[in-house]
Amino acid sequence: MTMSAFEKHRHVIDFTLSSLLRRKGKNFSLLAVYTFVIFLVASVMFLTHSIKEDAYMVLTDAPEITVQKLMAGRHDLIPLSYMEPIREIRGVQSVEPRLWGYYFDGTNKANYTLVVKKEMNNTPGAISVGNGVARNLLVKENGIIPFKAYDGSYLFLKIKDVFSSESELVSSDLILISEQDFRKIFAFPPDVATDLVLRVRNPRELTTIATKINQMFPDTRPILREEILRTYEAVFDWRGGLVIIILWGAALAFVILAWDRATGLSAEEKREIGILKAIGWETSDVLLMKFWEGAVISFSAFSFGLLLAYAHVYFASFILFESTIKGWSIIYPQFRLTPFVSIYQIATLFFLTVVPYTVTTIAPSWRAATIDPDMVMRA
Amino acid sequence: MIRLNEIRKVFNTGKPNEFVALQGINLTIEAHRAVALTGPSGSGKTTLLSILGCMARPTAGRILLGDREITSLPERFLTEIRRSTFGFIFQQYNLIKGISVLENVMIPAYPTGEKHASLKERATKLLNLFNVGSKADSKPEWLSGGEAQRVAIARALINNPSVIVADEPTAHLDTRLSLELMAILKDLKEEGKTLLIASHDPIVHSSEVVDRVVAMRDGQMQ
Amino acid sequence: MFNRKSHVLLAFFLVNLLLVGLLFVHARVVQQKNRVSFLEKRKIVKELQLTDLCIFTDARYTRHPSMADSNTPFQDHPLSLEHFPSGSLMVLPPHLRPHGNE
Repeated sequence: MTMSAFEKHRHVIDFTLSSLLRRKGKNFSLLAVYTFVIFLVASVMFLTHSIKEDAYMVLTDAPEITVQKLMAGRHDLIPLSYMEPIREIRGVQSVEPRLWGYYFDGTNKANYTLVVKKEMNNTPGAISVGNGVARNLLVKENGIIPFKAYDGSYLFLKIKDVFSSESELVSSDLILISEQDFRKIFAFPPDVATDLVLRVRNPRELTTIATKINQMFPDTRPILREEILRTYEAVFDWRGGLVIIILWGAALAFVILAWDRATGLSAEEKREIGILKAIGWETSDVLLMKFWEGAVISFSAFSFGLLLAYAHVYFASFILFESTIKGWSIIYPQFRLTPFVSIYQIATLFFLTVVPYTVTTIAPSWRAATIDPDMVMRA
Repeated sequence: MIRLNEIRKVFNTGKPNEFVALQGINLTIEAHRAVALTGPSGSGKTTLLSILGCMARPTAGRILLGDREITSLPERFLTEIRRSTFGFIFQQYNLIKGISVLENVMIPAYPTGEKHASLKERATKLLNLFNVGSKADSKPEWLSGGEAQRVAIARALINNPSVIVADEPTAHLDTRLSLELMAILKDLKEEGKTLLIASHDPIVHSSEVVDRVVAMRDGQMQ
Repeated sequence: MFNRKSHVLLAFFLVNLLLVGLLFVHARVVQQKNRVSFLEKRKIVKELQLTDLCIFTDARYTRHPSMADSNTPFQDHPLSLEHFPSGSLMVLPPHLRPHGNE
């Protein structure tokens, strides 16, 4: 760009700003609404992206294959007798039963996840609880939690330790328990487990092994770790999508507002374009001015919205979305997400917001910009 | 020198409200002279002025600016010529509201990409020249009629045009201000500008500044 | 320097771009800082053979989405918000509707 072209841009920007500042109220409220829309969209974007990234980082060590038994389309307990034949499949390194389940705490109406940890079998009566459980029940280490067993009797288990608050993203609602206590609470038969987890030597054999398990036990459903990660991908795209659907309302209102502002060139604005043309502006100069008009508003809204969204998600723990995410949960994990910013997402947001707005500002001016300058004389 | 050759201008061609604004105009305007167009409203003064000033194209006929035939030039070149050759003073002043007087004067030069500092200096000088320097930061809507007229003249001069085109410049001025305006125009003519003024105000066409009066009626020269 | 509106704007845009750029830096720094906590979570996942993040504890299929039954979306209340688009379009089955109501 030559020096004079640059100077010309600066002149046009000067004029555009003076022109925008004439309608301070209108333009600032437009900017505010626009910023808010971008803020919401960017918040969803940051939130879902971070959860996905977290899932990838944290769940890389999840079991490679989980084998569930299905009965009448529902998850059923798996007989321990399935373990031996599965272990014999080539490539399977180890097979272990998992004992876990949900415990509904009727008093607090909260759901906990009870997980048996082998190491705790030596100390029956002791449990470790997630920070969410402790917070919800107002208990600390050495506190006692009563559990109502299947037969209506109570088990009083003592908290040995509490998971750190940093680990809430995986441990918030967990209660680690000994096998004896677990079976006592649920009357869990001794010859079954919740499901089986496999470790596999060569990740390339995963699908082959899964197929073999399925042939061997047609009533089972092997779940690969990759599927888990894909589930997260899908769930969070979908949750993000849900919020975005709600956002459509806001976005649409904004489009109408912007359209009205941009298309409804007032007689005054048309006259001004006529004057500019009469005193020596070309059509392209007028369009350049309109371009800057769109760019000033949309770029400001874009960067404000983005920065606010970042602060909202990573510094304020996405407080505005809390109710959406919380849903019906009683235990609401409190976690600080680790920020992940991808160029790709920011570019997408940019092209979905700044570009269309700028275009809607320029496009309707096209007609006005091509009018004959002598209109001004005739008026 | 501007030469008009058999100029004809028709509005709304082919429609029921078709209307011939100008017909058979042959006119030569010498450089450094002042020409006044007179005639009742609707006689085609303004249309002729906009054709002379390269704002509108004639339906038929040719315009020569110096030796250059400009009738068939594309819009971009026409704008360029309009910007560098003509300075316009409109009947309604046509200053842009809400924007400072100084900026209003600078606006015609924006597309040239002239350095801000030198442009601002020239604009300030022009405002001072017409005794409106103190209004540089005011908005045009706060100006009196005479002040607005002088700002409009300053704006017309910012690109240092050789021809000043004025449409009914005294329409909103009282006698004293009208005479003042004629004095300004006189100075401009003495500086070597060509003046084209459309006006049915006797103060204008009886002024000593005006070298030639072209009377118009029904789109034709009389 | 800032005697022109365009300069103020360009400076303002520049600051914004800089701040947006800083987001990347900040994200990186926090990622580094949170490595320990990541490792802690990974260790828990590995030790307890966990398969899911604990984000939504309201229902089984939201607490452990990857472990959910394959026909999960229909096992709970059809108006459940969890199934927002489809759930909101479905009508309660007749036996769940209060008497006298449509």
